[in-house]
Amino acid sequence: MSITRRTAAEIADALAAGETTSVEITRAHIDRIAQVDGAVHAFLHVDAAGALEQAAASDARRAEGRTLSPLDGVPIAVKDVLATEGLPTTCGSKILEGWVPPYDATVVRRLREAGLPILGKTNMDEFAMGSSTEHSAYGPTHNPWDLDRIPGGSGGGSAAAVAAFEAPLALGTDTGGSIRQPGAVTGTVGHKPTYGGVSRYGLVALANSLDQVGPVTRTVLDSALLHEVIGGHDPLDSTSVDQPLPSLVEAARRGASGDLTGLRVGVITELSGDGWQPGVMARFQESVDLLVKAGAEVVEVSCPTFVHALATYYLILPAEASSNLAKFDAMRYGLRVWPEGRPDASAEEVMRATRDAGFGDEVKRRIILGTYALSSGYYDAYYGQAQKVRTLISRDFDAAFAKADVLVSPTAPTTAFRLGEKLDDPIAMYLNDLATIPANLAGVPGISVPSGLADEDGLPAGFQILAPALADDRCYRVGAALEALLHDQWGGSLLDKAPALEGARP
Amino acid sequence: MTETLVAFDDVLASYDPAMGLEVHVELNTRSKMFCGCPTEFGAEPNTQVCPTCLGLPGAMPVVNGKAVEAAIRIGLALNCEIAEWCRFARKNYFYPDMPKNFQTSQYDEPIAFEGYMDVTVPTEEGDGETFRVEIERAHMEEDTGKSLHVGGATGRIHGADHSLVDYNRAGIPLIEIVTKPIVGAGEKAPLVARAYVAQLRDLIIALGVSDARMDQGSIRADVNLSLSPKGSGTLGTRTETKNVNSLRSVERAVRYEMSRHAGVLDAGRSILQETRHWHEDTGVTTSGREKSDAEDYRYFPEPDLVPVAPTRAWVEELRTTLPENPTQKRARLQAEWGFSDLEMRDTVGAGALLIVEETISAGASPQAARKWWLGEMARRANEAGVEVGELGVTPVDVARVQVLVDEGKLNDKLARQVLDGLLAGEGSPDEIVAARGLAIVSDEGALSAAVDNAIAANPDVADKIRDGKVAAAGALIGAVMKEMRGQADAARVRELILEKLN
Repeated sequence: MSITRRTAAEIADALAAGETTSVEITRAHIDRIAQVDGAVHAFLHVDAAGALEQAAASDARRAEGRTLSPLDGVPIAVKDVLATEGLPTTCGSKILEGWVPPYDATVVRRLREAGLPILGKTNMDEFAMGSSTEHSAYGPTHNPWDLDRIPGGSGGGSAAAVAAFEAPLALGTDTGGSIRQPGAVTGTVGHKPTYGGVSRYGLVALANSLDQVGPVTRTVLDSALLHEVIGGHDPLDSTSVDQPLPSLVEAARRGASGDLTGLRVGVITELSGDGWQPGVMARFQESVDLLVKAGAEVVEVSCPTFVHALATYYLILPAEASSNLAKFDAMRYGLRVWPEGRPDASAEEVMRATRDAGFGDEVKRRIILGTYALSSGYYDAYYGQAQKVRTLISRDFDAAFAKADVLVSPTAPTTAFRLGEKLDDPIAMYLNDLATIPANLAGVPGISVPSGLADEDGLPAGFQILAPALADDRCYRVGAALEALLHDQWGGSLLDKAPALEGARP
Repeated sequence: MTETLVAFDDVLASYDPAMGLEVHVELNTRSKMFCGCPTEFGAEPNTQVCPTCLGLPGAMPVVNGKAVEAAIRIGLALNCEIAEWCRFARKNYFYPDMPKNFQTSQYDEPIAFEGYMDVTVPTEEGDGETFRVEIERAHMEEDTGKSLHVGGATGRIHGADHSLVDYNRAGIPLIEIVTKPIVGAGEKAPLVARAYVAQLRDLIIALGVSDARMDQGSIRADVNLSLSPKGSGTLGTRTETKNVNSLRSVERAVRYEMSRHAGVLDAGRSILQETRHWHEDTGVTTSGREKSDAEDYRYFPEPDLVPVAPTRAWVEELRTTLPENPTQKRARLQAEWGFSDLEMRDTVGAGALLIVEETISAGASPQAARKWWLGEMARRANEAGVEVGELGVTPVDVARVQVLVDEGKLNDKLARQVLDGLLAGEGSPDEIVAARGLAIVSDEGALSAAVDNAIAANPDVADKIRDGKVAAAGALIGAVMKEMRGQADAARVRELILEKLN
C-alpha cells in the first residue's frame, strides 16, 4: 500500500518506529499532488521546497531523540484563508492575488511549533462564501469521487486533498458548514470545534461570530490528534476560551472500542423530510441503528427554531462580512486597479475600480445584503431580529441537550451535486448548509463522519454529531464509535471505494 | 463664497445659541488601544505598526486594559455612571487612512454616561459664574492614521499630486467626551465653550492620562453649533466645526459660527448640516463635507471583542485615585494663595490655574506667579496667538526669574529681557543672564560714582531734593540707570541719592 494511503496516526507510528522518514512521507505526498492535482485542483499553492525542508528538520530532531508533538513530521495542507508567513494567502480571491502575509495565523504557528511540514494552501470559495468551491476565483476543485461533481465548500480544497490522498491532514474553517459539508460529500472526517476552542487570529474573517478553524482528516482519531495541536487559549484572540478541554485523543480511542452504553442520542426532527435525498436518509438511519446496537439510547428531539436558522445566518453572516471585507481597498496590499482612462483618479475611484474587479459575484451579493441589513432603519428588522432568533436557536440546543448527550442528523441533505448545477441558484446552494448552520449560530461543536454511499448515485453521505459547547470530546467519542462499526461493516475505510485517480485527466 | 456675518450683539438679539462639544483625548498609554505597538509621538512614519493596527487580513484586536482604566477614571472625574457591561462597535466608512475601513469605537453602550462638569466663566461683576455642562457620554475608540498630501501648495488633498499615509497613529487610544446640547448660555456661549475645554484639559492633566497638548492634537475639540429663534426653546440645524485646536480658537469658532449662522438665517436661507473646517490663521470656518443624520455608519457590535464588564470593586478602587474636585481645589488654592475673588477668577479665566500652581510649587510667591503669567506672559501669548502654556516657557523658568528678582539680581526690566531670551530658546534663565550680561551691578563703587555723576550733571534737580522735594529724585534715578545701561537696582540707586543729598 502506498504510504500516502496511511492515516496520520499510522504515519506518526511509522515515524516513531523508525520505519520511514518525514522526508520520505512528505516527498510521497508532493509526488501524489503532482500526479493527481491537475485533475482535482485541491491546491492553490504547493510549497514543495518548504515542506521538504521542514520534513528534514523533523527527521533531524527525531535522529537526536526529540519530537515536538505526536504529529511531528506528518505533513499537512492549510486552507488558503489562514495567514501563512512567506506563503501566498489569497482566500480564493483575485483581490488578494500575490499577497504574502508577514505573519502566521496562530494555528499555523502551532503547526510549525508541532513540527508538521506544510505542503501548501488549499482551494476554497472566495472568502469562504459558498458550498461548492465553484466561487473560487482560481477555478473549482473537483470531487475525487467524481471529477464532474463539487467537493463541497467552502473548504472543498482541504477535503478533496485529504480524500485524494494528497495530504493526510488539512486545516479547514467552518462558518456555516465549510468543514463538515465538504467532509460529507468527499467521504472524509471534519470537525468544527466549539466557538472559541481554536484561535481565529490569522483566519481572514468571513463572519467573526461564526468562524472556527478545525481539522479535516480521513479518520476521527486523526482529527482529534490535529485538534489537540491547534486548540487551546490564545491571548491574541479575545474570543478564545481560556480553559482546558477534555482529552480529545483519549475520547476518540475510547469511542473506537464501539461501546456507547448509556449514551443518549437525540435525532433532530427538523433536520429530515422533504428535500432530503432518500439515499442520504437511508445511510443516516442505518448509522443511528448501529449506535443503538452499540448501547446508545435514541430519543427524538425537536428544535423548532432551526427552521429559521438559514434566514438568521444569511443576515448575520453578510452583515459581518460586509464590514470585514471593507479593508480590501487597494491602499495597503493586494490588487490595485486603476480605473480606465483616469490617470488622475482619486483614492475613492481606485478603491471602487479595485473592488469591482477584485471581488466575485457571490462576494458582491453578500456585501450588498450585509450593508443593507445593517443600514439605519433596517438594522432592527434584520440584524437585530437575527440576533434574537440566534438566541432562540441556542435555547433550542440547551433544551435538546437536556434530553440527549449528543444530537445527530445527516450532515448535508444531498450527496455531491454536479459542477455548475446550482451556480445560478444561490438559494439552492444555501440550502446545502441547512443542517450545519445551527451549530455555528449557537457556537457548539460538530463532527461529520462518512456514513456510506447513497444508493441513487454511489456517492458519500455524512453523519453529523453535535455536542454542547466545550464537549468536543463527545463528538470524537461517538464519531470514533460509529466509524469503527461502519469500518467493520465495510471491511475498511469508505475511501477504499473511491476511484484511484492515477489515470485521471490532468 | 463670502459669508455675511452678523455682529455678535445682534445675533443675541434674535437668536439663542445651542452648542455641543465633542472632545477627543489621546491617551498616553504605552501601547495602542488594540495591539502592543508603542505610542510615542514623532517616530519615523510607519515604524510603530503591526498586523492588527495595519488592518492586515486575519489580524484581531485585544483591548488595552490601561485604556479602559483611563476611560473609567475620566468618566468618574466627570461625575458619570460607569457601565456594568458595555461593548465596542464598528463604525463603518471608507477612508484611506483608516486601515480596516471601520473604526472600532463604542456606539449605544459607552463605558461612561450621564455626567456633568461645572465650569466657571467670568462675569461683569467680577465674580465667576458657574455653568453646568452636562456630559452625555465618554467612550473608547481608536485613532486613524494620518494622511500627508504631497505636491500641492496648501498641503490639502486638492491640488496634491500624491498622498502618503502614516499609520503610526492608527490604533492610538482615544476617549471621546460628548456633551449634551448646551443651551441657555446666551452671550456667554463662546466663553462657556472655552472654559469647558480648558477645565476638561486641566482635569485630564490632573488625571495624568494624556499629554493633553492641544497643539500636538492630543486633545482635539469639535464644536457643534446651532441657533434657534430667541425664546423658541427649539434646536436649529447644526454645523460641526472639526479640529479646533486651541482654547482661544474654541471661543473664536463659536463666535464666528454664531455670526455666520445668523447671517444665513437672517437672509431667509437654511443652515446646511455639514462639517466645517476651522482656519486658525484667518479665524473663519469653511464648508467641509456635507453631513446629515442620514449618513449611515452601520454600527454593529464588534464581534472580535468580548464585552467590557468592569467590576464595581474595581470602579470604586479607581474612584479613590481621582484628583481633587476642581471646585474644591480652586477654593483651597485661593485660600492658600490669598488671592481675591477677582484675582482667582482672572487666573481661572485665563486658563492659567495649573501653570500658576506649578510656578508656585517651583518657588515663586503666589502674587509673583500670577503677575507673570497673567501679565507679561499673557501679553506675549496673545501677540503670538497661542496659549500661555504653549509659549515654550516653563513654570520652573518663570519661578527662577522671580527668584533672581527677589534676590536683587534682576530688576523687572532685566527680567523681561530674560523672558525674551527664554522665548528665543537661549537656555535657562541663569544661562541667559550670563550670556546677555543682564545681572544688576552690585558694585557699590561703580554705582556711587554714577550717582555722583548724575548729581553733578543735574545741579537744579539736586537742589530741589536738598529742599525736600524727594519726588524729584526720579530724574536722577533715570540718569543713573541710563549710565548703568539698566543694570542697577533702582531702589538702591534711590537710597544712595537721598543719602548723598541729605
